[in-house]
Amino acid sequence: MRPFTFERPTSIAAATLAASQLGGKFIAGGTNLLDLMKVDVERPTSLVDISALPLRDFGATAEGGLRIGALVSNTDIASDNRIREAYPVLAEALLNGASAQLRNQATAGGNLMQRTRCPYFYDVFMPCNKRQPGSGCSAIGGYSRLHAILGASRDCIAVHPSDMAVALTALQAEIEVHAPSGVVRTLPICALHRLPDETPDHDTSLAPGELISAIILPPPARGKQAYRKVRDRASFAFAVVSVAAILDCSSRTVRDVRLALGGVAHKPWQPRAAERALVGAPASGASFEAAARAAVAGAEPQPGNQFKIDLARRLIARTLTDLAARGG
Amino acid sequence: MPQSHPISSAAWPTTRLTINGQKHELTVDPRTTLLDTLRDHLGLTGSKKGCDHGQCGACTVLVNGARMNACLSLVAMRHGDEIVTIEGLGESETLHPLQQAFWTHDGLQCGFCTPGQICSAVGMFREIEHGVPSAAMANVAATPSLDAVEVRERMSGNICRCSAYPNIVAAILDSRQGHAG
Repeated sequence: MRPFTFERPTSIAAATLAASQLGGKFIAGGTNLLDLMKVDVERPTSLVDISALPLRDFGATAEGGLRIGALVSNTDIASDNRIREAYPVLAEALLNGASAQLRNQATAGGNLMQRTRCPYFYDVFMPCNKRQPGSGCSAIGGYSRLHAILGASRDCIAVHPSDMAVALTALQAEIEVHAPSGVVRTLPICALHRLPDETPDHDTSLAPGELISAIILPPPARGKQAYRKVRDRASFAFAVVSVAAILDCSSRTVRDVRLALGGVAHKPWQPRAAERALVGAPASGASFEAAARAAVAGAEPQPGNQFKIDLARRLIARTLTDLAARGG
Repeated sequence: MPQSHPISSAAWPTTRLTINGQKHELTVDPRTTLLDTLRDHLGLTGSKKGCDHGQCGACTVLVNGARMNACLSLVAMRHGDEIVTIEGLGESETLHPLQQAFWTHDGLQCGFCTPGQICSAVGMFREIEHGVPSAAMANVAATPSLDAVEVRERMSGNICRCSAYPNIVAAILDSRQGHAG
C-alpha cells in the first residue's frame, strides 16, 4: 500500500471536509477499499475513518418506513426483525452476498460504494477506462462472461457487484447524502449509481467529499417479495444474474410489480417496460414470460455472455411465477 | 506511476484496543492491518495469512464478539475494540470446546485454516443465539437453527484446501449440541 494519513473525525462536517481534499477517501468497514489499496487500484493519500460518526441509528420514519444509518453493518440490517418481516427482499439480498465475516464488517454505505469486481479493473497491468480513463477496455474483446448485457458503453462493460443495491432499487429506497457545504439531500437509489457512458471512472453521482449518511426505506410495499441470485458457487460468489421482485396481485390480476436486476449492468437495472406490461395483466405464466422477454429486449451481449439473456429471462419469469403462487 | 510521498511517523495514529483481555496502545504505520499487527508486532501467530484479501477466512478473529477478516481491517480502524484471537479461546491444557471437537472429529489435515475455522464457528454460534438468519433458510423471518446445510452456508467464508469439510461440519455440530445441552 502507498502511504496515507489516517484521521478519526468525530463530526460529519469535519469528515466531509477532510474527504473532499484531493486524495481523500472515507473508510468505514474497509472490506473493498483496503482490498483495492493492496492491489494498488485505489491510491488514497488520506483515509478518513468515519466509524466514530453518529450514523448507526436504525429506526422508524414518520412516513412509516425505516431509516438505516450508513454505519449499520450488513449483518445487522439482515437480522433486523422489521426488515425480515416487512422487507424480506432486502434481507435475502444481503444474506446472499459475501461471507458472514464480511457482512459483519461491511456497512450499509460501503455496500453501495463498493466497486466492480471486473478482473481487468483489478489488474493494474491491464488497460481499464474505469481505473485509468482513456486507457481502453480490456473486457471488450476479452473474457466477458460476467459482464454487462444492458446499458454498457464502448468504454466499459463492467457490472455493479452489490446485491443490496438491487433489492433497494426494487424497494424504491432513498439515499441521504451530506455534502461538505453542510447541505443534506436525498436522492432515489436509481439516481445514485450511473451508467458508464464515456466516464466509467465515475461509479456514482456523488461529488468529492459527499457522504452517504442513511438509507431510507418507504413504507412496506403490498404483495410478496423475493431476491433470487444465480451464481457460480452455492455461497460466497457474486451474481451472474440476480433479480429482486415485488409482486402485488388481486383476483389473479397484477396490481403492481417492481423489478430490479443485478449482474447485468453498471447499476441495478430497472426493466421498466416489463413492469408496465404487467400492471393490469393476468397473473399468469404467459404474462410473466412476456414481461421477462420485455425486460431483456434491448440487451446487447458480448460474445462471452449471450447466455445471460436467457438466464435473466428465465429467472424473472420463474421468480414472478413463484411469487404469484405464494399469493403475490 | 505517480510518486508516493512518505508520511512522517510523527503523524502515525495511536490505537488503543484490547486483545485477548490485554490492553494495548499501539502507534504504527497506518498501513498495518490488524492481521499483521497480531502476527508481526505482537507475536500472536495463530491467526493465519492465507489470501490476505478476505476470501479464505484463515485470519478470522472476533471483534467485539463478531467474526471478521483481520486482513481487511487496518489496526487503526479498531480503536476502542475488543479482539479475541485463537490464542484467547483456549490453551493446550484447557482447550475450547470447539478446539476439542475439531480434535475429536479430526476436523483438519494440514491445520493452516483451523484457527480461522474455530474463531469463525465461535462467531457463528453467537450469531445463531442473536437470531441472525442465513441464505439457507427458506423463510428469512424464521428462527434460525443449525444443521449441516446451515453450517456449510454460514461457514462459506472459511476455505479448507485440504477439504476436511465433512469432519469440520461434524465437529461444529457436535460442539453445538454440547453447547446447547
